[in-house]
Amino acid sequence: MLRRSRAGTALAGQPPAPAGGRGARRLLVPGVLYLGVFFVLPVGTLLATSLYAPVPGGELGQYTPALRWQNYPEALGAFWPQLVRSFAFAGAATVVALVVGYPMAYVIAVRARGRRTLQGLLVVLVVAPFFTSFILRTIAWKQILADGGAVVGALRWLHVLPPDGRVSATSAAVVVGLTYSFLPFMVLPLFAALERLDPRLLEAGADLYAAPATTFRRVTLPLSMPGVVAGTLLTFIPAVGDYVNSSLLGNSTTTVMIGQVVDARFFRLLDYPTAAVLSVVLMVTILVLVTAYVRRAGTEDLV
Amino acid sequence: MTRLRLGGAVVPTFAALGFLFLLVPVAYTVLFSFNDGGKTNLVWRGFTLDAWRNPCGAPRVCSALVGSLQVGAVSTVVATTLGTLLAIGLVRARFGGRPAVDLLVFLPMATPEVVLGAALVSQFLSLRLPLGFGTVVLAHVMFCLSFVVVAVKARVSTLDPALEQAAADLYATPWQAFWRVTFPLLLPGIGAAALLAFSLSFDDFIVTSFTSGGFTTFPKFVYVSATRGIPPQANVISSAMFVLALLVVLVVQVVARARRR
Repeated sequence: MLRRSRAGTALAGQPPAPAGGRGARRLLVPGVLYLGVFFVLPVGTLLATSLYAPVPGGELGQYTPALRWQNYPEALGAFWPQLVRSFAFAGAATVVALVVGYPMAYVIAVRARGRRTLQGLLVVLVVAPFFTSFILRTIAWKQILADGGAVVGALRWLHVLPPDGRVSATSAAVVVGLTYSFLPFMVLPLFAALERLDPRLLEAGADLYAAPATTFRRVTLPLSMPGVVAGTLLTFIPAVGDYVNSSLLGNSTTTVMIGQVVDARFFRLLDYPTAAVLSVVLMVTILVLVTAYVRRAGTEDLV
Repeated sequence: MTRLRLGGAVVPTFAALGFLFLLVPVAYTVLFSFNDGGKTNLVWRGFTLDAWRNPCGAPRVCSALVGSLQVGAVSTVVATTLGTLLAIGLVRARFGGRPAVDLLVFLPMATPEVVLGAALVSQFLSLRLPLGFGTVVLAHVMFCLSFVVVAVKARVSTLDPALEQAAADLYATPWQAFWRVTFPLLLPGIGAAALLAFSLSFDDFIVTSFTSGGFTTFPKFVYVSATRGIPPQANVISSAMFVLALLVVLVVQVVARARRR
């Protein structure tokens, strides 16, 4: 009888599932505590570190808790080019990844629809790079784009590059590397969005005498927007902070990204406050950009 | 039907070029595991099976691999457990704090690794925790957790709460209902999340390099060797992992297909 009365209250708008209510809330505790201790607290420490002052007369790497706000203008004054460059490189890589990745996702989701084996195989090919080391693949690009290599030879032959032109150690090499590194993160959400697309909508577009390009622009693209937003974010965010591509594929002056600066300040120069300032600025800028972008694109339910 | 095939053969051609772009460095990595390149392995010098016959032949390459496997295994188990609980809780619990928890789960994914690494190492240093295996695991669990939540949440929201209700009506305790009903239904999502967590942890470099101190993982070994030349054994290990992962995926697909029939 007790159970029957519970079903009755469920009808009256109470949580229906046995695990609902307080029981379910208890499930949140360990994960929330973990993220509190190992995400929120460290970010707080990072904020505090960004205001530390050097110990007067102290050795390298000795700092004392303070509210030294000058750390911000000083660090930004010294490293704004690397910061701006990181956003520019990541933006360029995201655009290229969208242009390269969209046809891939479209072919997997729409052209291969109904052919399960082909679809499965193509999805495996998209995630296959993850199964080999990220660093080794980046080094492979370094060698593929090297001065004596086939790619540079072909580009010279096509007069895309001057006879003494090179790809290695240039901005282009870094952007290619970034695009490559995060392309699967672009393709997978696009595929997920396009797979949900009802093919009858495309037929309806054609039936109404829309040119294929019009159907794409008015039907396919708007319906795949959640995938575009998720894919661009998943590409852009890791690309901004990455320093593996810029340090392996770039040079030491004109391609340096902010991650390299943070890494060097932290470990080689023991300049923790500057590293912390740059990390905080990077995080805040990304959050502001992401919020504005998601608001504009109108897909708020990303999580 | 032909009219809605946008761009005829143009789109598949572009897509094929995209796949080529994606796979060329993978092929390159595998190819150079057979290179008779000595210690640097920069240019092709001829075919050999030497590195495959002796995959631990280069100093410290296998200890780095073991380090990565250990970190990956522990991080995956912890992150998958915490993340699954969190995902079930987020879908089922009714309370005002949910947007805050959603944000807490989302933020680590919206934070670049270099920031996570710098934040964690600042925290570890201020707590005077010695950097090593332990701190790497703590860090990996943190960044894997959010991805597990997202992967499992998608599965939880497809569950019909009436199933657990039915189990309760049949006098199952909540514990029994979870293990006999909810858990088996969530298993594909949990399995996918665990694979994702393992691959994120196994291949991580940036957070690891900040939080590891003297401890070496496989990606760290490769990055550090890059200046002096990477031994072909690293390519061998990476290629072997690649084949192993492909086999796992294929087996999962075949099993899933057999189940559907």
